[in-house]
Amino acid sequence: MIDSTKSLNEKITHCSQCLKNKVEGLDGKRAVVVCGGTGCMASHSEEILEEFKKLIEEYDLQDKVTVNHVGCFGFCSQGPFVKIFPEDTLYHAVKVEDVRKIVEEDLLNNHVVSELFYEDPATHQKVQRQDDINFYKKQVRLALHGCGHINPENIDEALGYGAFQGLEKALSMKPQEVIDLILKSGLRGRGGAGFPTGRKWQFAYDQKNDTKYVVCNGDEGDPGAFMDRSILEGNPLNVIEGMMIAGYAIGAKNGYFYVRAEYPIAVKRLRIAIKEAEELGLIGDHILGTDFSFHVHIRLGAGAFVCGEETALLNSIEGKRGMPRPRPPFPAISGLWGKPTIINNVETLACVPYILREGLENFTKYGTEKSKGTKVFALGGKINNVGLVEVPMGTTLRELIYDIGGGIPNGKKFKAIQTGGPSGGCLTEKDLDTPIDFDNLVAKGSMMGSGGAIVMDEDNCMVDVAKFYMEFICDESCGKCSPCRIGTKRILEILNKIVRGNGTRQDLDDLLHLSKTIKAGSLCGLGQTAANPILSTTANFMDEYLEHIDEKKCRAHVCKHLMRYVIDAEKCKKCSLCARNCPVNAISGVVGKEPFVIDQNKCIKCGMCFSACRFKAINKE
Amino acid sequence: MALVNIKIEGRPYQVEEGMTILEACRSVGYRIPSLCTFNKGQCSKASCRVCLVAVKGARGLVASCVYPVNEGMEISISNIDAIEARRANVELLLSNHNMNCQQCDKNGHCELLEVAKIVGAREGMYQGEKTPTTFDNLSPSLVRDTSKCILCGRCIERCKDAQGIGILGFENRGFNTIVAPSGNRSFATSPCIQCGQCVNVCPTGALMEHSEIALVDKALKEGKKVIVQTAPAVRAAIAEEFGAKIGTVGTGKMVAALHRLGFYRVFDTNFAADLTIMEEAYELLGRIKNGGVLPQITSCSPGWINYLEYYYPEVIPHVSSCKSPHEMLGAIIKSYYAKNHDIDPKDIFVVSVMPCVAKKYEKDRPANRAVDGLKDVDAVITTRELAKMIKRAGIDWSYLPEEEFDDDLLGEYTGAGVIFGVTGGVMEAALRTAYFALTGKEYPLIEFKEVRNVSLFKEASIEIDGKVIKIAAVSGMKNAKPLLEDVKNGKSPYHFIEIMGCPGGCINGGGQPYVHPNLLPNEEANILDTYIQKRARVLYSEDERLVVRQSHNNPDIKRLYKDYLGEPCSHLAHELLHTHYDAHREKYPQVKK
Repeated sequence: MIDSTKSLNEKITHCSQCLKNKVEGLDGKRAVVVCGGTGCMASHSEEILEEFKKLIEEYDLQDKVTVNHVGCFGFCSQGPFVKIFPEDTLYHAVKVEDVRKIVEEDLLNNHVVSELFYEDPATHQKVQRQDDINFYKKQVRLALHGCGHINPENIDEALGYGAFQGLEKALSMKPQEVIDLILKSGLRGRGGAGFPTGRKWQFAYDQKNDTKYVVCNGDEGDPGAFMDRSILEGNPLNVIEGMMIAGYAIGAKNGYFYVRAEYPIAVKRLRIAIKEAEELGLIGDHILGTDFSFHVHIRLGAGAFVCGEETALLNSIEGKRGMPRPRPPFPAISGLWGKPTIINNVETLACVPYILREGLENFTKYGTEKSKGTKVFALGGKINNVGLVEVPMGTTLRELIYDIGGGIPNGKKFKAIQTGGPSGGCLTEKDLDTPIDFDNLVAKGSMMGSGGAIVMDEDNCMVDVAKFYMEFICDESCGKCSPCRIGTKRILEILNKIVRGNGTRQDLDDLLHLSKTIKAGSLCGLGQTAANPILSTTANFMDEYLEHIDEKKCRAHVCKHLMRYVIDAEKCKKCSLCARNCPVNAISGVVGKEPFVIDQNKCIKCGMCFSACRFKAINKE
Repeated sequence: MALVNIKIEGRPYQVEEGMTILEACRSVGYRIPSLCTFNKGQCSKASCRVCLVAVKGARGLVASCVYPVNEGMEISISNIDAIEARRANVELLLSNHNMNCQQCDKNGHCELLEVAKIVGAREGMYQGEKTPTTFDNLSPSLVRDTSKCILCGRCIERCKDAQGIGILGFENRGFNTIVAPSGNRSFATSPCIQCGQCVNVCPTGALMEHSEIALVDKALKEGKKVIVQTAPAVRAAIAEEFGAKIGTVGTGKMVAALHRLGFYRVFDTNFAADLTIMEEAYELLGRIKNGGVLPQITSCSPGWINYLEYYYPEVIPHVSSCKSPHEMLGAIIKSYYAKNHDIDPKDIFVVSVMPCVAKKYEKDRPANRAVDGLKDVDAVITTRELAKMIKRAGIDWSYLPEEEFDDDLLGEYTGAGVIFGVTGGVMEAALRTAYFALTGKEYPLIEFKEVRNVSLFKEASIEIDGKVIKIAAVSGMKNAKPLLEDVKNGKSPYHFIEIMGCPGGCINGGGQPYVHPNLLPNEEANILDTYIQKRARVLYSEDERLVVRQSHNNPDIKRLYKDYLGEPCSHLAHELLHTHYDAHREKYPQVKK
């Protein structure tokens, strides 16, 4: 039981030493850690862990080797990862059948298995240590503190890695001092709009009310975004600590985690962390012997994107239908059950302990003038290094895409990067040298959003991209306000008309007008940004829209109605493979004698022939 | 109340702090078009986006129905962006609306149509797919047609606020969202009490009463002796349908109109209200004298009876077995009246004009068939439906003379009957008679002031013959719930409780003329706070005007008992005038396919 600063410090000293022993091998043991993030778990990292345990037993290494899961390494396209301490050897893309080799060669005989090292695609050099991989070189891990390093299901490792030092520091200050510190740090909400966190706290602090709440928004819904999930999976205690500091600052005694039910691992680890902290007395009444009491609760979201919107989220916690409430009143004045409530994103709260623990300067030294610290991005789409990256604000898109992301696969040409999820926008070639921060992205017509970053290349049709996002938004509109509910549907209908080659210039006018109406007149953040995919793609790629409308042409050959598959008679080897793969018998020809031909009237443009042809004789046009 | 300085279109105004922009603008002479908003936020707040205005410094446009004014605020309604946004939002709503306006029963009372006119919606904008819809007319009382719904959420809030039930909610998401009982069940198969409060607030034709005008037409065409009766609350509101201000008495003209519509006889349900009082007062006396189950609870509101059967079946022994007045009159017409005039009851068709849609359900109850298995009442039309019948017959309301109800055995009525239409009225009327029955004297102060205001829950105690009788009157099921909990748990301090389904009583019933402030430019801005009182005043002044104000002094009632029924609660009276309730009514009955 930890009931005072003294007992906490004793515990921390002990745990730090234990973790140091493990990482540096001071206890004479070697430690195997296996990535336990959702991505790697999907690639059988659970089985890999079990295999290690089995083989360690088989070779009687229990006294010499420990093995456990850690949180996400971030480099998800190369997972699952296995790391071995104290040598700090990193194996990538490990399969269950590789485990025996690692155990027999490395653990038993100290011979590294270099074939499992990451190979730099440019230099083809094998890299043994994580820090030497280009992907990691420009990264700074503040919010991802502890992820990929500590065992998220063991509070001792978290305590050995800085946990609760921030809270301890906060409790030695007055609540207003904590708020002032956060204000000075320039920390802005990582969930989307970038509202200054300290100001939000100040509003809630200024409310005279015995009951206040802190809510952590873990309803990460943007397609392709998984920052919050990885943080919660990798170091849940860090977020809990951030929440408690917020609670202390504004005078709240209860905090709610609102996490998507689709994140079972995050929820499980959060539950374990809460339970362990409660057992140690670090969550509960009179924390560290002070007057500060705090309790943490978990609520699961039911899969509605709109519940990431803070007022809809509050309704959902209250057991109501997840629909936004009009603001004002703002949640800081009247939030959960009408009480002053602050809602902070997972990543925001994850930054808070760092600021208190490491001090203001160590936070503000990163970032730009108005956006301090770092930002986690989920890099995806047409990019070599798909994964989670944390970079200082002010990093340029070029660094993000080419240095860290490793560029576009197959030598294709970069076309755009979508930031901020469906509500964000597209940035193009001309924006590549823009330093990434909240204000720059907005000025360029996009937004930071929660940090999704999807790269598109020349094979992407931007009208189709806009349609994809509109379909998502249309599906996820809660149905409350009419511009969003009906307007997004009408936009989607117009887009469908355009991609089918039936669009007119009038449709384009309607599209833009509707988009502006939705933006100006919708109730919540989702609605106000619902038309961004249109506004952003039309601003940057109007030529593609006009091609679709005037020339009935899709330059990326994505829109089925505006493209066709044609067999190049000269390249055709008359093998009939295409015809045999065609599901509608649209291809005819004589094997070995006559080149094959596609009957365009029958063709459904499924692309089966295109992928089947071994001689690249089929073209899209 | 503190004042704040604001500017509207650049002109300075002082308005009350805490008002919304919409209210503030209205208070100084600007009407912002609005659709979803109703009665201080009794709606899905800020959802229609038809009341958008430009506010200097605000991000985007602002929904004036929820945004509070503050010092120095600069508002523009005429801002072109705001005008275009309002129009576009209405056009979007119209693009997903069933545009059969000409055939829509709400034609003439439709707020969407009115707003479309104001914002200048253009024809054919934003056409496209429409939300999959549900048409539910399985309930005898209510019709739900989601093709006309604009998701304003007023019905949802009204059901919660008035009845505490919340039968309605949003179903599905996004473009497929509809308003429905849970699981998109029918009103007929969900625990809806059929009160029709939702109909009263619906701005479009999405929620309507189940019209029975066609039944009446058919009976008239077949040459049946169609006898019509009108409930007390109808006269307090029908004139509104013809442009009169709320609170205008319409008795004489209404009777004149009914005479012109070809009805065989025009009776007043008030006669039956007097009859109900006799039965109910004597039932109460019986319970008090014989140590019966107390408190006794009134039974004339079918919405309340539905609530009882669904939600408080344990309380059934407390509820008076009296039929509601129009059912009593139907039974008397088909027995006593038919016998006296030597008419075959099968040839009689009784039509009730009611402020209520639950009565439509009530008339179909199997227990309400006293004479030869015939329904006591054959058709129920609402105040609104009667107005439609008057209009389609070409009758000009303003020309109508004042006429009297037909004086044919069942013609007389008293002040006691009149006040049935307002919460507390049944109680008051019953006490006048109970006092007489117990003491043999008329109660010196005829009006029980304690129960006379339209607040939704009130109580009083009176001394009758040295015995203190504690009474309560409550309306709206949400208000009744705590009392019913007490009754259920044997803790109720009362002897007699009056419960009415709709807040304020029948004058605010689900079949009454719509009170939609947006469509009533001649009423004050706060009409939603005052219309119930205004209608109640009509009934109370009627009561005061009448010479005979106690049911037991109604000469026709006296004759009915002397010649036919014998005495109150006699065997024959029980057969004709009393009913029973179903404690085992399935909570969620299935419709037979």
